[in-house]
Amino acid sequence: MSNSTVSGGPGLETAAVVAAEAGRRRSLRLGGRKLTFDYVSFLLVFLGLPLAIFLIFVISPFAQALYYASTNWTGFSDTMDFVGVDNYVRLLNDPTFLQAMRNNIVLALVVPLITIVIALIFASMITVGGPSHGQVRGLKGSSFYRVISFFPYVIPAIVIAILWNMIYTPSGGLLNGVLGLFGVTDQPSWLGDERTAMGATIFVIVWSMVGFYMILFIAAIKGIPAETLEAARIDGAGRWRTVTSILLPQIRDNVQTAYIYLGIMALDAFVYMAGLNSTGGPGNSTLVMSQYLYRTAFEKGQFGLATAMGVVLAIITLLFAALIIGVFRLIGGKDEGGRS
Amino acid sequence: MSTDTRAAVTVNRRSSAPRPPQVGVQSTAGDKAVGITSHVVMAIWSLVVILPMLWTLLGSFKTTKEIFASPFGLPASWNLDNYISAWVENNFGGMFLNTVIVVGVALVSVMILGAMCAYVLARFSVPGSRIIYYLMLAGLTFPVFLAIVPLFMILQNMQLLGSLFGLIITYVAFALPFTVFFLFSFFKSLSYEIQEAAYMDGASEWRTFFTVMLPMAKPGMAAVAIMNFLGLWNQFLLPVALNPEKDNWVLSQGMAAYASSAGYALDFGQMFAAVMITIIPVLIVYVLFQRQLQGSVAQGTSK
Repeated sequence: MSNSTVSGGPGLETAAVVAAEAGRRRSLRLGGRKLTFDYVSFLLVFLGLPLAIFLIFVISPFAQALYYASTNWTGFSDTMDFVGVDNYVRLLNDPTFLQAMRNNIVLALVVPLITIVIALIFASMITVGGPSHGQVRGLKGSSFYRVISFFPYVIPAIVIAILWNMIYTPSGGLLNGVLGLFGVTDQPSWLGDERTAMGATIFVIVWSMVGFYMILFIAAIKGIPAETLEAARIDGAGRWRTVTSILLPQIRDNVQTAYIYLGIMALDAFVYMAGLNSTGGPGNSTLVMSQYLYRTAFEKGQFGLATAMGVVLAIITLLFAALIIGVFRLIGGKDEGGRS
Repeated sequence: MSTDTRAAVTVNRRSSAPRPPQVGVQSTAGDKAVGITSHVVMAIWSLVVILPMLWTLLGSFKTTKEIFASPFGLPASWNLDNYISAWVENNFGGMFLNTVIVVGVALVSVMILGAMCAYVLARFSVPGSRIIYYLMLAGLTFPVFLAIVPLFMILQNMQLLGSLFGLIITYVAFALPFTVFFLFSFFKSLSYEIQEAAYMDGASEWRTFFTVMLPMAKPGMAAVAIMNFLGLWNQFLLPVALNPEKDNWVLSQGMAAYASSAGYALDFGQMFAAVMITIIPVLIVYVLFQRQLQGSVAQGTSK
């Protein structure tokens, strides 16, 4: 799950948004209502109470952040000077922050790519991996694989990170124990080595996400009308052709949503880093912006500067989403051109 | 309502529906190759997922010395020492209780408040509903990190920083947009005739909602409640940043603090036991609601 968002999973949130969009089109009006005590008290409590909580604890912090980001506020002093864009200039000249930003961008590009490719392969195997005659069928006993693969999704991300931290422990950890069984003596120290730390971290995030997206893609593939698959088969399409020419174009929207949510999650990545390498890893090789922000705010007390990092993070997040939507639109256009 | 119920189980039903028997058709060699490869790949992945879990379960019964001696060895004696010392000495018991309180109260609150809000937005024409919609969308989209510092100060000014109540109300606020968006479509799909009938019978707006409309939205409520439970139980950033009071810690932050404070001198056995304590509640929810959970993921993609 996207770990900074409190609820639901990645993808589900967009799904909820889409569903709400669809629902809002037909709005039945219950006529002009009399403002009786019943109706007014009902509206005040039903709409007013949740909205008040939401505005105070979610919207107002977002709005305040934009202001604080241009002050030199330290949080614990009363003085707060307006410094304009100084905080942003400082950030762009801070090599540690730039390194964190680079790490974030690497994560946002690599994590979704690997996760989605693996999830798509698994989902295709499970849905069209069955015999090539008769009805298009999935793999036998696939429900077992689905139950197992989905499991990491429900484990708290911090537990996953701590668990893998222990698995990666150079001596006594599970991974090097397994390597030892195969006679590998040159055992890396994984998270302790600048060369392997990032890769090991990416693997953990992918491990925790693949199952969820596999289920998501399986559901999307099952949503494709059976007739379409039958028709492709009758036309002589093999499995590979079915996957590339039928499945992928049909579930393109789901892949796009998955890419955006995985990317947003990778741009955060705070919880994984907190469990795997809470100090930023060897040579800051796994330091991410969220970690640096947290340290700047709650350890150094530079609230203004930290909020500016939050703004940068938010901007990168929105840019990333826009980029992915743009790229997918481009691919989509080509697809349609090729087909006609 | 029937459509909602159906949506929630479609995938499972479809996958478990009996297939027409294929008589007299031989599998080709290619079929076998693909089938076997698929099974092998999926089996390996299952192993990669399960092995760390088994290792943890096994490790939670071993002493740290045994863990370091061999990753696969069985414990010399099967006992609950690690669990007891994690629960008592390291106060994971207290943290467990805090987590149950915070997640329980927040979950019930957000479900009620979210349902009420979604109901009004879906079925009444209120001025400004468009603005509310976009604000909720913003609440879903922007990173929590943008809000975390101002949020810290807001809670501090309200004297709620580090209190369970402060944490609960923050959980509710941040879980609200997701809950409202999801339930919005459910309330939208409910019958208007029944609502009118309730008014005809003289039911107030309050009564209509609690005795007529809310029970009809049960399938939607269940799906959202499961997702919210997992989301809140697994929440990490909000407690770490907003709940510094050690007595009020929840499991996720306690785990992180314990893991990083001890470093490599960490008592692995106790750590494993603490991991199990944190996982067991979500494991139970997962096993009980596995079908609904995968169903609601599937349902999310269907439109």
